[in-house]
Amino acid sequence: MKRRHFLAGTAALGLGCDRLRRGRRFGGEIVGPSLELGHRVRDIQLPQPTQFEDVDVVIVGGGAAGLSAAWRFEGQGFKNYQLVELEPQVGGTSRSGRNGISAFPWGAHYVPAPNRENRALVKLLKEMGAVEAFTEQGDPVFAEEALVRAPEERVYASGQWWEGLYLRAGASAEDERQYRLFFAEVDVWVAWRDREGRRAFTIPRSKCSDAPEPQALDRQSFQQWLDKKGLTSERLRWLLDYACRDDYGTRLATTSAWAGIFYFAARKLNPGEESRPIIAWPEGNGAIIDHLAKACQPRLRTGIAVSQILRVSPETIQVSAFDVKAGKALGWKAKRVIFAGPQHLAQHIIPTLWTERPEGISAFHVAPWLVANISLRERPKEVGMALAWDNVLRDSAGLGYVVATHQSYRDHGPTVLTYYYPFTGADDRAERLRLQNMDWQTCANLVLEDLRKAHPDLERNIARLDIMRWGHAMVQPRPNFLFSEALRRAKEPHQGIHFAHTDLSGLALFEEAQDHGLRAAEEILAAFGTISPSWR
Amino acid sequence: MADAKAAKASAGVRDASASPRAAGPSQPGLLRAPLLFITVFVIASCGLIYELVAGTLASYLLGDSVMQFSTVIGVYLSAMGLGSYLSKHLHRGLAQRFVDLELAVALVGGFSAPILFQAFAHTHAFRPLLYGLVAAIGTLVGLEIPLLMRILKPQVAFKDLIAQVLTLDYIGALAASILFPVLLMPKFGLVRTCLIFGILNALVGFWSTHLLKPLLGNRRMLRVRCAAVILLLGTGLVFAQRFTLMVEEEIYADEIVYAKDTPYQRIVITHGRGSFQLFLNGGLQFASADEYRYHEALVHPAFALKPGAKRVLVCGGGDGLAVREILKHPEVEKVTLVDLDPAMTTLAAKMPLLRDLNKGSMLDRRVEVINQDAMVWLNEHRPAEGYDVAFIDFPDPHTYSVGKLYTTHFYKLLRRALRPDGVVAIQSTSPLMARKSFWCINATVEAAGFQTKPYHLSVPSFGVWGFVLASPAPFDAPVTTLTDLRYLTDGTMAAMFAFPHDMDRLPMDINRLDNQVLVHLYAQEWKRWS
Repeated sequence: MKRRHFLAGTAALGLGCDRLRRGRRFGGEIVGPSLELGHRVRDIQLPQPTQFEDVDVVIVGGGAAGLSAAWRFEGQGFKNYQLVELEPQVGGTSRSGRNGISAFPWGAHYVPAPNRENRALVKLLKEMGAVEAFTEQGDPVFAEEALVRAPEERVYASGQWWEGLYLRAGASAEDERQYRLFFAEVDVWVAWRDREGRRAFTIPRSKCSDAPEPQALDRQSFQQWLDKKGLTSERLRWLLDYACRDDYGTRLATTSAWAGIFYFAARKLNPGEESRPIIAWPEGNGAIIDHLAKACQPRLRTGIAVSQILRVSPETIQVSAFDVKAGKALGWKAKRVIFAGPQHLAQHIIPTLWTERPEGISAFHVAPWLVANISLRERPKEVGMALAWDNVLRDSAGLGYVVATHQSYRDHGPTVLTYYYPFTGADDRAERLRLQNMDWQTCANLVLEDLRKAHPDLERNIARLDIMRWGHAMVQPRPNFLFSEALRRAKEPHQGIHFAHTDLSGLALFEEAQDHGLRAAEEILAAFGTISPSWR
Repeated sequence: MADAKAAKASAGVRDASASPRAAGPSQPGLLRAPLLFITVFVIASCGLIYELVAGTLASYLLGDSVMQFSTVIGVYLSAMGLGSYLSKHLHRGLAQRFVDLELAVALVGGFSAPILFQAFAHTHAFRPLLYGLVAAIGTLVGLEIPLLMRILKPQVAFKDLIAQVLTLDYIGALAASILFPVLLMPKFGLVRTCLIFGILNALVGFWSTHLLKPLLGNRRMLRVRCAAVILLLGTGLVFAQRFTLMVEEEIYADEIVYAKDTPYQRIVITHGRGSFQLFLNGGLQFASADEYRYHEALVHPAFALKPGAKRVLVCGGGDGLAVREILKHPEVEKVTLVDLDPAMTTLAAKMPLLRDLNKGSMLDRRVEVINQDAMVWLNEHRPAEGYDVAFIDFPDPHTYSVGKLYTTHFYKLLRRALRPDGVVAIQSTSPLMARKSFWCINATVEAAGFQTKPYHLSVPSFGVWGFVLASPAPFDAPVTTLTDLRYLTDGTMAAMFAFPHDMDRLPMDINRLDNQVLVHLYAQEWKRWS
């Protein structure tokens, strides 16, 4: 008895010490997405509906693509559609959260300011107030407060923070030469036009040339391309590798050279120009999502798990679903369907797709991501350049963090840091499994151990640390994929079902989601005989 | 050499023990006189240090060093006389009295400088406290030598006693007077020097319990007391370290009388040569000697354009000095002051030093203080009725977080808060030392939809300083002002708006929230002057 008491005592003491040693006095949780629900859809364990509602169009998926399709319908005055989303909240990987301190992103958090050629995004940003006027030439003029406030980014290296992402301090003449050489190569592609006058690289991808010259870039990895160009500078390679991890969840060796150059070339209008400025909101692209969702609110339902999409007659597509909250099955009979979900779900929900496109899913590689929102009572003390919007650690597998309060001008006091960590291993399935098996504590440890290097006193200031595990965060533009037959076919309608998702671009960018959403919506409007100029 | 001295000294002791009056008053025994002579040297140094500290501190804080040193020395020496006189009233237990006396000197002397600094910063009682402390230390120090001589008297021949004690007393004073300016002040500063010598005094007390062993009863209690005093002074030393870093004392030309780290900035107030200065993050905000020039120039031109202005906005200006000038206009009904740091605005309202200078402006019932980042506040608050005049008094754009308060977006938010014919005056750094920065601010204000009239004046502690007067509506430069100001007259008002060639307008980029060109410009330009 005594001995047991003693043991219990020491155990309690041990726990106490452990708590003290770790100094953690904050809570947090894994906030989603609903892995279990997603897997139930995949494994078809949901009850089937007996009654079906008639509607012209069902949009399956309330992420950026699905909401953009709805936005297009609304713009046309077409309202006989139903948008359904699996999660309790719309937005997909662009969704956002909010607490007493600030709104914050849970995923995508910016768009580069579009040039006038990207009419759809300019139109959207005009609606949102981020474009306040147009020049005589028709170029959009962006509201000052919509653009990322300086300082935009900083990098932590050799014990302190430095302004900018490329570490200039200590760069050799050769480093600088290769840096200039790389951007000269980019400028060649910025200036390049095909016979029809199309650019090699622009946003969205559908406006890029598919001529053999740019296509040739896709047949090699970014790393092979850099090797060929003699670009070996460690600093330059770090910057480019960071760009790949940041935008695609890939590494130099697993990124198509086309995508590697796209990242830089598509953000410039003319050679020698600065990159387009960045537009960001405290809640990231959640601001766009909220704007889009507002327009289609009456026709939007969340918490609806679609289990099957099947054409039952030449003019009827049956959509079977399950209302998660009410716990009952429901369904629609539609003339057309927009499947605005990821490819891996399409294969499970649309049974006929597998037989028609057997090569389908295996062509797609999707990077899992971990995103953490760290609510801070007070900002950490630090050495060197002060807090920027985007804060990157040079010697880290993570991508650093963005500061939610930066765009609301708050430079003091409580804030929320949104931390990003992509799983970039070559075997994306194994990486997904790895993330799926990480509990909150493991995730929190990963985040804190990474940030501790730059912020030894961070933990003391944490009020809360929440985690999002994105199993399928970003489609990876690996070599030989962007111009592949599988990707081309995935965009084609299948038995009255139209597809819209960034997966179909091979690039997980908001602009791609929007472009596919508009395309799918306009395909259907055309099929219904509505004649209207394209917004794309 | 040292050996020779020791031999000579011990010879003296032998002489003493041979004398018939060798027995002490309480208990016969052999004292180690030569070592006691060393304590004379140490206490003499300590005594002079406190005097020098008090004199230096008074001349730093009050100015007029001849007057301060003269009065401090006068009070100190006469108090020593008093102490010597009082010594005759001490009869019994001289050894124990001596140890207690050392502890008293240690405490009063050691803490004199920190007490005086705090008093200067927080009370009106600096002068009485200064002379009171100097008199107290003088009296206590005046007791030391007579007491020690009486303790040694039974053992040492009187002629030797007088000769050796006084010699060491004067040599100790010499050592202190050389060490103080050469080593102590530059290396440790006033507060730490004072505390260190307090500890030295207490150590003498501790050592004396050993040297005066034959004359002491319960030594344990005495030693405990000594240890307590040393601990107390040591704590003071640690605290002083926190109050001001040694490196910091080297940065500021004058003595630091107040220092505080707030979540937003480091506030430091220094005092010297009859003036005091406020620094935020090391940047001078004003010097009390000439701030009236700056604040008259900031405030009155805008009022000249809007006589009878009722609603006034101040962004920054947490020292209350601009508000002091604003309240000279009796028609003002409401002043809204938005300053980031509550510690700063509280200090301006409560600290006598600042409250005297700003004439209690922060406590005026017409003044509402809001502690928030001015940009966040302007973004979130849209007053129902626009302000008639506004004053923008931020620190120079040396960081991005301050630089954002000089952007087109900030000035657009400001315009939204003003009446359509409202007027704003903006502190805009030096058009001479930072000419590009100055004209960048002017161009940025224009780009935000204002008409501007830049102006400048000379503020000796800053240099040539500039402001931008602006209004959404067209206006002419002001020509008249209040009659009872110290700097501004109708004549100086006109002169402020004329720019010489070396400060002429330069075509500059606009400082936008997304580029913040001003921060880089400002850093480049000021690098040449620092």
